Amino acid sequence: MAAPLVKQDATQARLDALDLPTGGWSTPARQDALARVQNMGLPHARDEYWKYTKPATLVDATAPKAAVYETDEAPMFGDMDRLKIVFVDGVFDADASDDLSLEGITIDRLSDAKDIHWAKDLYGALEVKGQDPVERPLAALNTAFASDGVLIHATKTPSKPVNLIYKHQSDSSDAILHHVVKVDSGASLTVLENGPAAARFNKCLEVDIADGGAFHHVRTQGRDHERRAATHMFARLGTESTFKSFTMTVNGVLTRNECVIELTGDDAVAHIAGACMGDGDFHHDDTVFITHDAVNCESRQVFKKVLRNGATGVFQGKILVKPDAQKTDGYQISQSLLLDEDSQFLAKPELEIYADDVACSHGSTSGAIDEDALFYLQSRGIPHSIAQDLLVLSFLAEAVDEIEDEALQEEILTRAEAWLSRHRKD
Amino acid sequence: MLEIKNLQVKLEEEDKQILKGVDLTVEAGKVHAIMGPNGSGKSTLSYVLSGKGGYEVTGGDATLAGEDLLDMEAEERAAAGLFLAFQYPVEIPGVGNMTFLRTAVNSQRKARGEEEMSAADFLKLVRAKAKDLKIDADMLKRPVNVGFSGGEKKRNEILQMAMLEPKMCILDETDSGLDVDAMKLVAEGVNALRDEGRGFLVITHYQRLLDHIKPDVVHIMAAGRIVKTGGPELALEVEKNGYADILAEIA
Repeated sequence: MAAPLVKQDATQARLDALDLPTGGWSTPARQDALARVQNMGLPHARDEYWKYTKPATLVDATAPKAAVYETDEAPMFGDMDRLKIVFVDGVFDADASDDLSLEGITIDRLSDAKDIHWAKDLYGALEVKGQDPVERPLAALNTAFASDGVLIHATKTPSKPVNLIYKHQSDSSDAILHHVVKVDSGASLTVLENGPAAARFNKCLEVDIADGGAFHHVRTQGRDHERRAATHMFARLGTESTFKSFTMTVNGVLTRNECVIELTGDDAVAHIAGACMGDGDFHHDDTVFITHDAVNCESRQVFKKVLRNGATGVFQGKILVKPDAQKTDGYQISQSLLLDEDSQFLAKPELEIYADDVACSHGSTSGAIDEDALFYLQSRGIPHSIAQDLLVLSFLAEAVDEIEDEALQEEILTRAEAWLSRHRKD
Repeated sequence: MLEIKNLQVKLEEEDKQILKGVDLTVEAGKVHAIMGPNGSGKSTLSYVLSGKGGYEVTGGDATLAGEDLLDMEAEERAAAGLFLAFQYPVEIPGVGNMTFLRTAVNSQRKARGEEEMSAADFLKLVRAKAKDLKIDADMLKRPVNVGFSGGEKKRNEILQMAMLEPKMCILDETDSGLDVDAMKLVAEGVNALRDEGRGFLVITHYQRLLDHIKPDVVHIMAAGRIVKTGGPELALEVEKNGYADILAEIA
């Protein structure tokens, strides 16, 4: 079967521009993924799933240029003890990275894990599953063509987090990275991600959490203005396992973060949260799909967007509760704070429930700064611009609170404050 | 301290005149009370003086220690020494009470060209003042007014007043929603701030609060004007007979 006619040319042009990495254990998965892309075709503006976000520049054969953003800010997570793994424009930088050995986990690179590898059974597996019932062609493209990535297997709980640091140095770089994380029963792993990766970035992260395992993820995307990124996160949760992910995004002309979570074991907990702040030419899309396929699981989606000066925010979030997923506790909130009338927020919250004993709630709001709260702060002598910043932080708090680690919370808040003060209009 | 002359105010959005010529002077060191039936314009007066949006001044003026209040932004009025204790203090999730207080204190200092207070000095001061108002460390740490009881919210207002040391304090129905013990505590906080250099305007429905915060002058407000002014005995008269007699008398 071939891709729909309308997609064939663009898909072929993109595929022609890429080389399929060959040799090694990942080849069958890559070839399978390539065949799937050829069948599906890459996203098109007329796709229902891409109704609010124009995919063209994510699909084009070559990446649109993006200026390299210089900043003298202190490195993100810089004060924390962490294992650093650095990619520059999608290419592993051994000199800037730490030694990849850490007790409790093994780390290999996708590009040089040549022998039979534990990741053989996982690479692309959750991505394939995540294609149903909604197609995610950019994720399949990623599985086929990823040039590198890390494969992390946590057998125990390591003493520090793994920090994937991305650096952008070429204005035309087009990076595709694919990471696989496997958390064994009883182990707990924290992965941090930060930095602008490339002019255009396609990233996939697959996370398999065994019974009783825990995975924590804190990611920041920013601050390069012209960045384009399509990221996918696929997670499977076993019994009594935990998945918690938070992303803060600032700037970027186009970012689409998809997250597909499947709760397959009873009593599992999945939290996904995001805070983004955009000023001007900014388009940010959070697309989430959570499937409850076990009893007594909890899922939370908390997304907050601060938009000004013509920025656009998109949220598509779905909770699917399968017939046997009784006692499901599902919560979803997506909110935007529009700081002016030029900005817009488009939200599509969905619930699809086949079990009869569940508690699911969802809400979506779009609003301006609360004038009463603003007056309250001003009446205490706080200038309008600072009062507004405080209320923006107040708005983001519910999402930032989803980060369990207080030091990480503090780091994110500090960055948010810095962004606000840079974008303050007195 | 506070001088209001023939102040006339309407709602911005609709053609509704709320204040129809208010004249009022509160001297430094004095406590004035304003009583009056619902809808007489008491709260509007407090909002207009402190700079809330949504109102249009159609005539008259108001000055604080000689400075034209109505020309200033809300934050400038605060820095000039005006403080409004809200009838309904606003909840601000995600902003710690302490952060809020320190930002307020230092914003005002900065606006007045004074040096900002160091974190250590601030902490010491806020702890001492909070203790007097029976505000514990937990209340200082929590987000502004979130999850506070009615009494806690009002005590928090008085704590802000104590920290900001304004020249002129307006208390808008500070007694609403308070039980007797909470009212006593709040009144003690206010009385501790009574000072020769500071004026108070206490807006209330009930004499009860004025048992604890003894006013020097009592005004009765009705239909957007001060209709009667007297001593503390005027509040007792209202408590006994309601507003009907007074309103009939001036009609």
